Amino acid sequence: MSLLRQPSRDPLWRDEFSVHAEDEQYVTRRQFAKFLTLTSLAMAAGNIWILARSVMRQPPRFPVVTVGRLGDVPVGGVKLFTYPTPNDPCILVRTDEQTYVAYSQVCTHLSCAVFFSAKTRRLECPCHNGSFSVSDGSVIAGPPPRPLPKITLERRGSDLVATGVEGA
Amino acid sequence: MAEQAPRHKKALVMIDGALALIVILLIVQMWLLSATLEAFLGGHHRVVLPAAIVSGALFAACLGLTLFTGRFDEQSRTR
Repeated sequence: MSLLRQPSRDPLWRDEFSVHAEDEQYVTRRQFAKFLTLTSLAMAAGNIWILARSVMRQPPRFPVVTVGRLGDVPVGGVKLFTYPTPNDPCILVRTDEQTYVAYSQVCTHLSCAVFFSAKTRRLECPCHNGSFSVSDGSVIAGPPPRPLPKITLERRGSDLVATGVEGA
Repeated sequence: MAEQAPRHKKALVMIDGALALIVILLIVQMWLLSATLEAFLGGHHRVVLPAAIVSGALFAACLGLTLFTGRFDEQSRTR
C-alpha cells in the first residue's frame, strides 16, 4: 500500500459528487491513519535525534579553580564561591575537621539559593522548604526533583581547588 | 449496495478500532518524547537509548496498524 493517495480512475464528477458516503469515510479514515503514522514517524525521529545528540556530546571540561585555603573556613562554616563560571554560585561547607564538600547553590526545584543549616546539618532552600543532604547532595525533603550538582574538590598543598561538577 | 452496507459497517468498526489504537500509541509516543527531552536536557543520558528503541517500536506498531487498515479496507471492498 502506498502512503500517497492514488489517483482515482473514476471520472471527476464521481469524486466531486460522490453518493457513496461510506466510501468517503473509508478514504478519510485511511488518510487520517496515514497522517497519524507520519506523526508517529516524526516522534520516533525526534527520539533518534536526541539519541544522536547524546552519543555525539563532548565530555564537559571544567577549569581548575582555587576555592580557598585549608583552615580558612571553620568547622560548620561555609564559604560562597562561583564555579565553573562567574554566573554559577556554589557553596563550600566544612562538615568536620577534615571534610570539605561543595555544591551548586542553585536549588534544582526553582533555582532559589540554598543555604547550610548547621542546626539540621542540611542544605535548605528557603523558597519551598526543600532540603538536601550535606554529605552527598541528595534530596531529603521538599519538591526538588534532582540532587544538587556536586563540585569535586582536591587538596593541593594548603589550597582547596575545584576540579569539576558531578551531576550537572 | 444493500448487501455491502453491513460488511462496510463491520469494516468501519475494525478500522475505527485500529485508528483508536494508533491514537493511543501516538499519545504514549508524545509523552515519551517529552520525557526523554526533559531527561536529556537535565543531563540524564541513560534513558535516551531505551526511549529511542521504544519509540521506534511504537512507530512500527503504528505502521503495522496503518498497513492492516489499508489491507482490510481493500479486502472488504473486493469481497
